[in-house]
Amino acid sequence: MKFRQILWLFLPATLLLVAFIAAPSFDLFRASVFDPDFTTEHFERLINRSVYLDVMWRTIRVSLTVAVLCTLIGYPVAFFINLQPRRRQTLLLFLILIPMWMSILIRTYAWIVILGRDGLVNQMLAMLGLATEPMQMLYTSGAVLAAMVQILLPIQILTCYAAMTEIDFDLIRAARVLGARPRQALARVFLPLSLDGTLTGLVIVFMLSMGFFITPALLGGRQDTMIANLIEFQVQRLNWSFAAALGVVLLVLTVGMIVALRGAGKLLARRVLKGGL
Amino acid sequence: MSVADLSFNQVTKRFGKVVALDKFDLDVAPGEFVTFLGPSGSGKTTALNILAGFAAATEGDVRIGDRSVVNLPPEKRNVGMVFQSYSLFPHLTVFENVAFPLRLRGTRGAALTARVIAALEMVHLGDYAARMPSELSGGQRQRVAFARAVIFDPPVLLMDEPLSALDLKLREQMQLEIKRFHAQIGCTIIFVTHDQGEALTLSDRVAVMRDGQIAQVGSPQEIYDRPNSQYVAEFIGRTNLFRLNAGQGGTWTIDGLGVTMPPVRGANATNTLLSVRPEKIRPVDSDEAGQVSFDARLTQVIFQGDHVQYEAVSSGGSPLYFQDYRGPGTHLMKRGEQIRLGFDPGDAVPVARDVA
Ligand SMILES: Nc1ncnc2c1ncn2[C@@H]1O[C@H](COP(=O)(O)OP(=O)(O)O)[C@@H](O)[C@H]1O
Ligand SMILES: [Mg+2]
Repeated sequence: MKFRQILWLFLPATLLLVAFIAAPSFDLFRASVFDPDFTTEHFERLINRSVYLDVMWRTIRVSLTVAVLCTLIGYPVAFFINLQPRRRQTLLLFLILIPMWMSILIRTYAWIVILGRDGLVNQMLAMLGLATEPMQMLYTSGAVLAAMVQILLPIQILTCYAAMTEIDFDLIRAARVLGARPRQALARVFLPLSLDGTLTGLVIVFMLSMGFFITPALLGGRQDTMIANLIEFQVQRLNWSFAAALGVVLLVLTVGMIVALRGAGKLLARRVLKGGL
Repeated sequence: MSVADLSFNQVTKRFGKVVALDKFDLDVAPGEFVTFLGPSGSGKTTALNILAGFAAATEGDVRIGDRSVVNLPPEKRNVGMVFQSYSLFPHLTVFENVAFPLRLRGTRGAALTARVIAALEMVHLGDYAARMPSELSGGQRQRVAFARAVIFDPPVLLMDEPLSALDLKLREQMQLEIKRFHAQIGCTIIFVTHDQGEALTLSDRVAVMRDGQIAQVGSPQEIYDRPNSQYVAEFIGRTNLFRLNAGQGGTWTIDGLGVTMPPVRGANATNTLLSVRPEKIRPVDSDEAGQVSFDARLTQVIFQGDHVQYEAVSSGGSPLYFQDYRGPGTHLMKRGEQIRLGFDPGDAVPVARDVA
């Protein structure tokens, strides 16, 4: 086949990307700077009001926290699964996948049942006599964090697990017989080889967190508003252009952070790969 | 330079119902090059894993030097190992791969660099220190794996089918290099292979394995010339097997050849097969004294340059084959030719028939 002919094979994918990603993004951007004539007022408003800057900063901070927590919990879980016999691995992976079949909305409502005034946790505390007053857990940042981590954790577990299954077990044996204690084999061989996949998972979780809307809306208070909640609020008040500007900011922040995280990951990888931790 | 003897004493390894090693017994002298040779599934890797500490013996004892190692983890056993797929660390340079065992032993700085470079030079890879393993050819990776396995001067080196992933020419070249390294380093080597040619080329002694046991252990020549069973005779090289029947006064008749043999060493009621290597059979003029000879017709002539392989059928109806190494003055015979063939009874080995 000639190169020209091969190019045609790109056509369907290109059309798809243009129709569903490039065109809407362009629309979004246009809406943010034409109201109806060209204006930068929406972006100026965003930058000049500390409320909005606070929300942006919080969105990044919460997303990073969620991504890091998912990694700190997900990596050991994936490690544990990877150690099990084949058939038990399949079972465990299946159990981890089950919650992903339920909508985020339902999983968020489940947290209301657990954390509410008469919820599971408060009932338990009362039963054990540990609290006389029900604890306020709903509408706190902690509730948002817990739910977001619970919702996104399977993704990080599966990504880490996938990276770990790629590691040839003979490499660990080689490390051992060459003189590495189990911990050293872990730090010098296993960890570096699973690092790339783990960072990928971290970035995916971060990216998904940046767009979270339902969970902070239902479980958080005013202090937990994220960019997506702001967008919804502005759309409801028909401030289309301002909502579009927020959308552009969310997109830019997300892409920028992904680039930054990958860069930091590369630096970390280079250090770790050089001679172990 | 360090070197140690090692021994397996009645080592049994079971995986559930599968018996991978069955009362395995072997003593290896310091500096000896011993090959485990056997078909896939005969327990070679299991024996090596038990020696390296990757698997625990179900029963029995393993000693390296003067101490039992059954309770030592792999990192305490101080053995080098070359894996079948090399198992170089893909995230480390060639230099760091080879430096790995030294770093774990606390070597640093100039001493480390000097030793790593020396090891790489020994395997002719002095210029490749900065490369990643993925940037090396199969043979080069093999050499790096070797340098890494011996750099900390282990008294025992284990190699599990290290050459099986290489093509024939490279394999033969690496065999010679390994022989040279062994002469240079002097450590005890346990080498696993399923390639009998490789075993004969490399070893001081070959342990032919079968179903988790040693079928026969001995020098390459002993194994080849005096196989102790049909299994070993057929596994090492190629051979003709004829059926023996007891005759008058300790003599034996050979089925299919229709000849009588004088009493022969090792022939008895159980060893009822006669193994005769193809290169031991040759055309004879008439009934030469001391030869077992018989009539045959050539059915196939395969010219192989330095030798010719003939297939024939004896007048008694037995198929057989023999080789002629084309010494001075030999001529090529033709298919269909009627000839008289013979062999020296001393070159024929009675073996027990395998119970299938
Ligand atoms: N981890 C294991 N679990 C179950 N059976 C095994 C295991 N390792 C080896 N075996 C069995 O033990 C026998 C010997 O295997 P192995 O030592 O790998 O043979 P070889 O290296 O000679 O091919 C085989 O029957 C194999 O199936
Ligand atoms: Mg094997």
